[in-house]
Formats: sequence, structure tokens, C-alpha cells
Amino acid sequence: MDLNAPHTMGTTIIGVTYNGGVVLGADSRTSTGMYVANRASDKITQLTDNVYICRSGSAADSQIVSDYVRYFLHQHTIQLGQPATVKVAANLVRLVSYNNKNMLETGLIVGGWDKYEGGKIYAIPLGGTIIEQPFAVGGSGSTYLYGFFDQAWKEGMTKDEAEQLVVKAVSLAIARDGASGGVIRTVIINSEGVTRNFYPGDSLPLWHEELPPQNSLLEVLHSSSPEPMNM
Amino acid sequence: MDSTHSNPMSLCSQADSQRTLYPYVTGTSVIGVKYKDGILMAADMGGSYGSTLRYKSVERMKPIGKHSLLGASGEISDFQEILRYLDELILYDNMWDDGNSLGPKEVHSYLTRVMYNRRNKFNPLWNSLVLGGVKNGQKYLGTVSMIGVHFEDNHVATGFGNHLARPILRDEWHEDLSFEDGVKLLEKCMRVLLYRDRSAVNKLQIAKITEEGVTISQPYSLKTFWGFSAFQNPTVGAEGSW
Repeated sequence: MDLNAPHTMGTTIIGVTYNGGVVLGADSRTSTGMYVANRASDKITQLTDNVYICRSGSAADSQIVSDYVRYFLHQHTIQLGQPATVKVAANLVRLVSYNNKNMLETGLIVGGWDKYEGGKIYAIPLGGTIIEQPFAVGGSGSTYLYGFFDQAWKEGMTKDEAEQLVVKAVSLAIARDGASGGVIRTVIINSEGVTRNFYPGDSLPLWHEELPPQNSLLEVLHSSSPEPMNM
Repeated sequence: MDSTHSNPMSLCSQADSQRTLYPYVTGTSVIGVKYKDGILMAADMGGSYGSTLRYKSVERMKPIGKHSLLGASGEISDFQEILRYLDELILYDNMWDDGNSLGPKEVHSYLTRVMYNRRNKFNPLWNSLVLGGVKNGQKYLGTVSMIGVHFEDNHVATGFGNHLARPILRDEWHEDLSFEDGVKLLEKCMRVLLYRDRSAVNKLQIAKITEEGVTISQPYSLKTFWGFSAFQNPTVGAEGSW
């Protein structure tokens, strides 16, 4: 075990807009090499009351970037006299990522709601590109989701449809990406406020070649055999 | 095995020396313990391709002859090659038709020689093996690594199992474990590996070998626990931490 390997959030992160706001989702695995250092991390971090950020890549880099942006946004909110817009928050993230591109290794998704533009998602991958999208996926688990979203994404979903899509997608990525795992956390942001949800690993749907969990092999062995057919 | 004339299946000339540099499809930990009637062994069914959990129904434990059970972690193709070698070994053993058969100690010794000789040629079989068995009432449990390190013990593990399972086994293993206690102990170790090993997959088999023979269980999954209150909102009061 290489305990000197940097903490990375292998990760699957997702941001999706719906008619009224955004849904952000993430897994909860943080690894040091192949060891799972934290199996219940919270990768969806608050920047302001109405803007949150999904973090992937280096745990340290993503934390420090979001800490700086939270600090700047706090001052900006005081000076502006009203809540910051999602666009301003995302561009601050871009500036930090872009101007330190040689040193940082973190991919971020900024999502939130403001009264001017409604729900918005901005992806800020490595290098500091900013790109506004109706939905975004990031982290190592995202490679398994491009095909899925090409097929499953629809314009004008409801809040529940969007959240179900996010949970299903993160669950699919967890099934195949060794660097993603644990629980699924979602954050829903709209005009009414912010809702956090928690989906533990054992409540997620089963995919191909996955089996329903048991307490022990002993229970499997002792369960009654099927009834013989009566002709 | 290795011979002076080159492998006809190799597509390039063997003038340049061959060496294995890195594995492609890998299995993770195998754990083995001695218990009252023989050996219990557990391994999950994952075949990882780098960080992708590509294959989820790989059987990483196989019976060898009448008296042994082999579990392998590391490169799956090398494990399959080892099974071919052992097939031939057992075949020749049977052809003697002398009433004698290779026991687990002999198979372990053979595997050690194979692994060490390959290591000396800088072309290892990229596996860590667990070999368990019972012959004439004698229980045997040993392990061989890709560089030929080998030993026997009451409980062994490969890979992450060394770091996560063996401390549990040192604490909780004792002589003459019942089948039920052995299974529960292995499941406790496998659950920790599922939480903390990135390449672990939630589909496993438990195998037992006794004087009577080998039984490998059907594949099944373990329940996991996520209900700690600390998991609900870990960053309340420390925004931006993990």
C-alpha cells in the first residue's frame, strides 16, 4: 500500500439542470493509491447559499480551490448586496483553475440557482476551460456515462426525474469504476432552497452480474430448497 | 515449460529477451484459514482492468487433484496458465497409477519452484497464490508470491488481505474453528476488503476443502453498512472538508 500516494477522489460527479433548478450528484470514495481512505466523503461542497460545487481529482487541490472561491464569493456578496449568480461563482472557479493550471489537478462542476438565469450547470475541467451545459459529468467514473447520458438525457425533466437520473447514473459508474464507490449524495438547488439526500450503497439498484446482498453464506446454505412441482 | 526452441505462438522473434512488465486483468485478495475439518478459502469474483471493474464473474479458486485447492490473485491469464501446468502435473501423477497422489504440500512445492524459476528469468507469473488442502488427516495451508516467497501458516492472505484481513485473523483465529465460525470470520474480512480495497467487487465465493473433497460455494454478495450518523452530513461545520 502506497500511503504516500496523493489522496485523489477517483470519483463520479454529475450536474443536471431541470425545469426549476439543478441536481448535483456524487459518489463518496476517496482513495490513497488503492486504499479507500474515506468511504463516506462529501464531494458536493457549498460555495454560497445558492451555489454548490462538485469536486474531483486531487482532494487537496479541489478543497483549496473551493475554499478560495468561497472566500471571494463571500466578499463579493457583501459588496454586491444580493446573492451571487451561478455564472460569477463559476467564473471565479475558472480563474483559480486557469491561472494555476500548471500546479492543479482537479476537475469541477459548479451548479446552482439564481433569480436571473434559474438553474445553471458549469463544467470546469483540467486546464480551466469553462463550459455551460444542460448537464455535465466528471471524474474517472464519467467515462462510463457518456453513452448512458447520450441515450437517457431529456430536456425539461421534473425534479424527481432529474434526481432519479443522477442516482441511476452514479450507481452505474460505481458498478464499473474502481475509483468510485460508497454512498450517493445528491444536492437539489432551486428557488425554494437546497435539499441534501443520501443513498446508501445497499439501497442502490443492482446491475449486470451483481447479486442481492446476504447477511452470510450460512443463511444462503440454510434457506429452504424450492418446492417440488405437483403434477 | 521454458525450452530452447521458441514458442510457436509468439509472433515476434525471441532474440530480444521477454519479460513481464505489468499485469492487465487482475484479481484482488484471497484469504485462507485452517479450521476443524480442513481449509476455508475466500475470494471475490472480480477481474479488474486497471481501475475498471471489467469482469465480475471470474472464478479465482480451483480444485487441484483430489487433495488441494488453489486460490490466486494477480494476472488472470497467468493463473490460467498455472492451472494448465497443474493439469499436466496431476495427469502425470495419475498415469503412475500407483495408488499414490500428490498432496497439498507437494503441489505447493511445485508451484514455488515454478514461480521462483520464472522470477529468476525476469519473466514472472504475476500472481500471489494460496494453496490449501488435507491429506490423510493433515491440514496444509501455504502461499507463494510472484517472486517465489513461500511459507505456510494457520491463516494466509494475498494483496490487500495482508494489510486488512490478517490483523483480524491474528486476533480472532483459533485452533479447531467450526465451519460456521470460519465462514463468519472470512466474511468479516471480506466485508472490510469490500469497504477499503478499490479493486474489490461485491460478489464472492467461499471454498472448503476437507478429507472428503472440495466444495466451492455459489457466488453471493455481502450486505454492507452505511448507517453511521457521521456519514449523513460529514462536513457540517467544516465546509469544504471531506
